[in-house]
Amino acid sequence: MIGQDELRRLEYQCIQDCAPICSASCPIHVDVRAMAAAVAAGDFHAGLKVLARTLPFPRTISRICDAPCQPVCKRQEAGDPIEIRALELACTEYGSAPDKPHVLPKRGKTVAVVGGGLSGLTAAFDLARKGYTVSVYEAQDRFGGRLLDFPEAVLPRRILCDELAIVESVFAEISLNAGLQPENLAALRRECDALYLAVGWPPESTFGLSVTESGRIAVHPVTFETSMEGVFAGGDMLRSGAERSPIRAISDGRRAAISIDRYLQKVSLTASRINEGSYVTRLYTNTAGIPPQPAIPLANPHAGYSREEAIAEAERCIQCECMECVKTCEYLRAYGRYPRKYLREIYNNLSIVKGERNSNQFINSCSLCGLCGEICPEDLDMGPIIKNARRVMVEQGRMPPSAHDFALRDMEFSNGDKFALARPYRGCTSSDTVFFPGCQLAGSSPGHVMQAYAYVCEQLGNAGLMLRCCGAPADWAGRTDLFQAALAEMRADLEKLGARRLVVACSTCYQMFKANLPEIELVSLWEVYAEHGLPQRSESVAPGLALPAMCVHDPCTTRYEARIQASARTIIRQLGYAIEELPLSRERTECCSYGGVMWLANRPLAEEVVQRRIAESSLDYVTYCAMCRDFFANRGKPTLHLLDLIYEPDPGARGERPGPGFSQRHENRAHLKRRLLKEVWGEEMTGTQDAYEAIRLLIAPDVQARLEERLILVEDIQRVIEYAERTGRKLLNSATGHLLAHYQPTAVTYWVEYAAEGDAFVIHNAYSHRMEIAEGVRA
Amino acid sequence: MNEPTLPSGQVPWICAACSIPLQPAKVSIAYLGSAFPVDLLRCPQCGQVWIPEELALGRMAEVEKTLEDK
Repeated sequence: MIGQDELRRLEYQCIQDCAPICSASCPIHVDVRAMAAAVAAGDFHAGLKVLARTLPFPRTISRICDAPCQPVCKRQEAGDPIEIRALELACTEYGSAPDKPHVLPKRGKTVAVVGGGLSGLTAAFDLARKGYTVSVYEAQDRFGGRLLDFPEAVLPRRILCDELAIVESVFAEISLNAGLQPENLAALRRECDALYLAVGWPPESTFGLSVTESGRIAVHPVTFETSMEGVFAGGDMLRSGAERSPIRAISDGRRAAISIDRYLQKVSLTASRINEGSYVTRLYTNTAGIPPQPAIPLANPHAGYSREEAIAEAERCIQCECMECVKTCEYLRAYGRYPRKYLREIYNNLSIVKGERNSNQFINSCSLCGLCGEICPEDLDMGPIIKNARRVMVEQGRMPPSAHDFALRDMEFSNGDKFALARPYRGCTSSDTVFFPGCQLAGSSPGHVMQAYAYVCEQLGNAGLMLRCCGAPADWAGRTDLFQAALAEMRADLEKLGARRLVVACSTCYQMFKANLPEIELVSLWEVYAEHGLPQRSESVAPGLALPAMCVHDPCTTRYEARIQASARTIIRQLGYAIEELPLSRERTECCSYGGVMWLANRPLAEEVVQRRIAESSLDYVTYCAMCRDFFANRGKPTLHLLDLIYEPDPGARGERPGPGFSQRHENRAHLKRRLLKEVWGEEMTGTQDAYEAIRLLIAPDVQARLEERLILVEDIQRVIEYAERTGRKLLNSATGHLLAHYQPTAVTYWVEYAAEGDAFVIHNAYSHRMEIAEGVRA
Repeated sequence: MNEPTLPSGQVPWICAACSIPLQPAKVSIAYLGSAFPVDLLRCPQCGQVWIPEELALGRMAEVEKTLEDK
């Protein structure tokens, strides 16, 4: 179970919800992205509403803002930055006036604001809306402060007056020509509950407050408190020259108002005050591939854009976001959200006591391939989080039984008598080096395992052999119990063999051992071929014959195994093939959809993943994982395994061969063991045959395909028929003569429609379910 | 599992052991601790039931998924 703290730490790593650079650089965080989206949609009213959420005087500000957002706009990486201020102006021009300010009921506390410029009016406006009784004192005969210095062409006086009138309407008391004499500060402070000082530049006095080295009133950098209790100060009076900025003056007023509100509510002035004012956002936005576009020209900056021009300019906004992993990973894209949201959903899914666990399938569909972590600017890898979630689901007894069952049964088969084997080199009592081909290569290409074993023995001398499953299905299923049990068996075997080094063909096995068998030295089979040279072939490639270029598909479990990836490329080049790299290869390679058992948990998604991968190049692929090869070839993509290239006389002819079905994989593994025992160790396979194994089946290809699709194995069918024929419990279709029987060997009930033909049985159909039937009579 | 689960029309299967036609009966089917009475065809003598393919792959599969996510 992940705790709240861990959840927050992980959520922090996902930066998708961080503010875009424009909003972060704006001292009051105008939601520029939302405003631009509204304008691009032609909805200026919505744009103005967005502005009014943060801007106290949008009509005024959009004319005079110093716009620190513009020089940092990401659009400039593909053209000019967005004319943000001009878009804001267009919103105020073409959007209808925002609603009257909403004012909370009076709180019975008074605040004096000294200075009727941008900063003072912002603080006064914010505090008045919060229900404080605000009195504003202005030294001049009207409000506006340095706003009044702007020429009419830039800021028409009528617009300023109209907007200030709205603001003024919420104040309790307005005193014009009421400059504060320095000696009266303490007296005014006593008359109210808090005071904000924002008299603009240059201040005539420091009002007897503590000052900085440069002689300006000293304030707390976060809260704007001065040396006098309850007195806050901000705005241009704190700054000199180029530092003075209308939008910063507004920001000071707003931040001081937050402090004053907290001060009057007697809560911490400093707690959780993050990202106030301009700050550096963590949001990453990739602008590669965005076609450059220049800004829509502003003929007269004061007049601004026409509606159409504004819309066109807003359409240039790239709506900054990260989504790097979602853009790359089909799985993260398929569920429509992004890691920060997914993390919360996973957390909720694990925390539910009663109710629907809506994220079960999501949690079981990840291939655990690590690509998201590689892509993420903050290195957030969902894989370990998902794997941990699966473990928790198992611990809670909440793992859907169907999710991993088939893969776990496959593992059980591979670690059972029919396949598992651990032998020292023929005639030896121990073997320092042991070849571990892995269960899927053995199931897919048993002949190559024989050849590779002979090669390893020849090159490395006296290598032992170990046939079994590395335990990946249990690891992926969150079944720590099964994984540890299999690992313990394997350790015991390795000790018996005296093995210190494993030569591993499958990179999934490689990763499992790397993480769990630190005492064993691991060597990839591909490193052995690359370092020791390829086996001599009886037939040789005709000199000068140009072999076709191929794309290397790196198995996802080699993501950070640069040596293995380089070895594979060495082998391919030595065999005379040119290599073209896929857009996503090496540390950015993609999973074929077998990893993490995505292909079992979410078949439509897995299909999209594999289809996308095989469409990335029109060239044939070459890979060094049996499952990747079979998954691609099964969908018509000519794909070769490295061992095809090394050992097959005509590899080109083998690229399109489909991988064996699931039953055939079992059969291939069992056959490989028998053959190895016989040919290498001169032994016959011992062990008794179960009764069902003698049942002979006749299965037409279309029925076989349906069985594969339904994950029903030949041995499941044999068990049903053996049971039905032994007990007589079956149904008869008198019209067709077909029999229908069901049997539940473990968790799944299988139904088989069949007919006897001689000493064999023709299979017409089969299906299964997990719900258990309470029948009157059970054998 | 409240929808009709009995097939309409002619039922092709008879119990091979007892050589008698199947008859409608309430049968309990269960998964992950939840049990449902379902109308199925059953041999009145030996109790052997018939679960049609459409039921197994349709409604039953849906209910299995729902219960697994509970």
